[in-house]
Amino acid sequence: MTAILERRSAVSPKRSKRARVLMKGNEAIAEAAIQAGCDAYFGYPITPQAELLEWMARRMPELGRAFVQAESELGAINMGLGAAATGARVLVSTSSPGMSLMAEAMSYMAGSETPLVLVNVMRGGPGLGSIGPSQSDYFQAVKGHGHGDYRVPVLAPASIGEAVELVASAFEIAERYRTPVIMLADGILGQAMEPVAPHFRHPRRRQFDWALTGADGRPPRVLRSLHLQPERLEEHNIALKAKYREIVQREVRWSGEQLDDADLVVVAYGTAARVAHSAMTKARGEGMRVGLFRPITLWPFPEPQLHELALQAAAMLVVELSAGQMVEDVRLAVDGRCPVAFHGRTGGMVPSPDEVLEQLRQLASRVSARGVA
Amino acid sequence: MTTAAAPRVIFSRPELLNDVSTHYCPGCGHGIVHRLLAEVLGELELGPRTIAVAPVGCAVFAYDYLGLDWVEAPHGRAPAVATGIRRVRPDNFVLAYQGDGDLAAIGTAEIIHAAGRGELITVIFVNNGIYGMTGGQMAPTTLLGQRTTSTPAGREARLAGYPIPMTEMLAILPGVAYAARGSVIDPAHIGKAKGMIKRACQAQIDGTGFAIVEVLSTCPVGWGMTAHESMEHLADVEKVYPLGVLVDRSTATLQPASGKGG
Repeated sequence: MTAILERRSAVSPKRSKRARVLMKGNEAIAEAAIQAGCDAYFGYPITPQAELLEWMARRMPELGRAFVQAESELGAINMGLGAAATGARVLVSTSSPGMSLMAEAMSYMAGSETPLVLVNVMRGGPGLGSIGPSQSDYFQAVKGHGHGDYRVPVLAPASIGEAVELVASAFEIAERYRTPVIMLADGILGQAMEPVAPHFRHPRRRQFDWALTGADGRPPRVLRSLHLQPERLEEHNIALKAKYREIVQREVRWSGEQLDDADLVVVAYGTAARVAHSAMTKARGEGMRVGLFRPITLWPFPEPQLHELALQAAAMLVVELSAGQMVEDVRLAVDGRCPVAFHGRTGGMVPSPDEVLEQLRQLASRVSARGVA
Repeated sequence: MTTAAAPRVIFSRPELLNDVSTHYCPGCGHGIVHRLLAEVLGELELGPRTIAVAPVGCAVFAYDYLGLDWVEAPHGRAPAVATGIRRVRPDNFVLAYQGDGDLAAIGTAEIIHAAGRGELITVIFVNNGIYGMTGGQMAPTTLLGQRTTSTPAGREARLAGYPIPMTEMLAILPGVAYAARGSVIDPAHIGKAKGMIKRACQAQIDGTGFAIVEVLSTCPVGWGMTAHESMEHLADVEKVYPLGVLVDRSTATLQPASGKGG
């Protein structure tokens, strides 16, 4: 464990094997990336992810690794593209307005199959919006960012501890499939402090037969997304699609709680899932059979799992820190098998567990009324 | 009795220049600049160490002609992409090749800040005063009065502003070790441009700072001229963009950023 972590440790690791370290989300994500072997970090100051950049500014040079505060998010992500093109392990972070600027390079990296991990600590939008927590970039992260036919894996932690684990997974997925990967957090995950078990993973290094290192003793390599011949570009798109199909088959992650006997299923990710969990506990106290389904990968979306769950559930309630984005994917997965209600708050507002509980009560009465009819 | 001189090769294709036919239009200057680069990189034995960044524009296909490792940058972002490469590959030679739409319009922020950081990269800036690939629209470098497909009556300062002398602007930044402007107007100037390119590469090898060579070039199709006319027109371009070395700090070693002032 690093000196910085030791200084921050509430309990000396020597005294307890179960030592946990109190860490701010942004800093924990940064340190997890460092421990995962991140060679280079590029960023631009934006709230609420600035501590991530600041942590990297201190730690990366001290380890002899690359850190650049770029002139813009365009600069940051393109520095990331350049470093990643050499096979380096690269982290870039930003928050929502910055993510919009990075959309262009995401498309290029998807096209040229360049692995990189991008953390978006979401804030309220649209436009300059607010600096409060939000999940209003779900569409952006999951459905596209940049132009063209491509997909990008999106990982959504619900706790700082999970974020630490998912950073390592993000690098592994990025390198295994040669793709950018997004980690979608929000202002609460970025800013909150939680005890974290500092079990950092160190993904193994791969040999890349595409990395640009100088054509020394081998034929030159070109990382490109331009294919002017329609036949050639279609071939490329078909290959990408096959890769995405493999990701859908192999990388879906989700977690469920109290689903076995659940009539009502709350579907939520990230911070919203924390609120939903509290609401579920309260609802169970009132005798309602409520379960929680939490997608961890937003793409690939746990569609078959939700589809199956919809046979058992009387209804689902989707809770988001948005005006309703993931709910569309839930409805696609459920495919009319059960009613899907939505509750969301926006602008940096966070629903309370009681608010969600009230929604569950209303949903239960609607469902039972319909059951009687 | 005189003996015949042994035959010797006085002109050949540089090793780094691929033996393929060109997609560039007749009279386009990119081919000349590609050749100069192939010669310089070959003479400095940089080929196997080079990682090059291709722009958006006609010269995106530079990777078809120069036998190097290449990555495509989004439009204008080549200096940022080159920065990323430089920071993780200190032993490689990092080259960015950009046109004037790429560098002087959409990529203005990236080039200024790469230069401002004194990034150890070498930028070849091919200025033909027009967007060639998209059909000859006005660029920031287009001359006043010049007709383009987006200034059909000629560029008028009141509506479309003035030509931007990018390399002069960059030359005032202390991180810039070397900035020069050459031309492909005739063999003598082509030779001088080669010397500039070589100097700009040497600045990176010596670690003295950011280096850029602007090369005034032709776009006969975009300019609506024959190849010969376009070469003659370069003389007018040179009046707006004077040739020469704009700054050469490459003999002085850059002070480390952590050094105390004074």
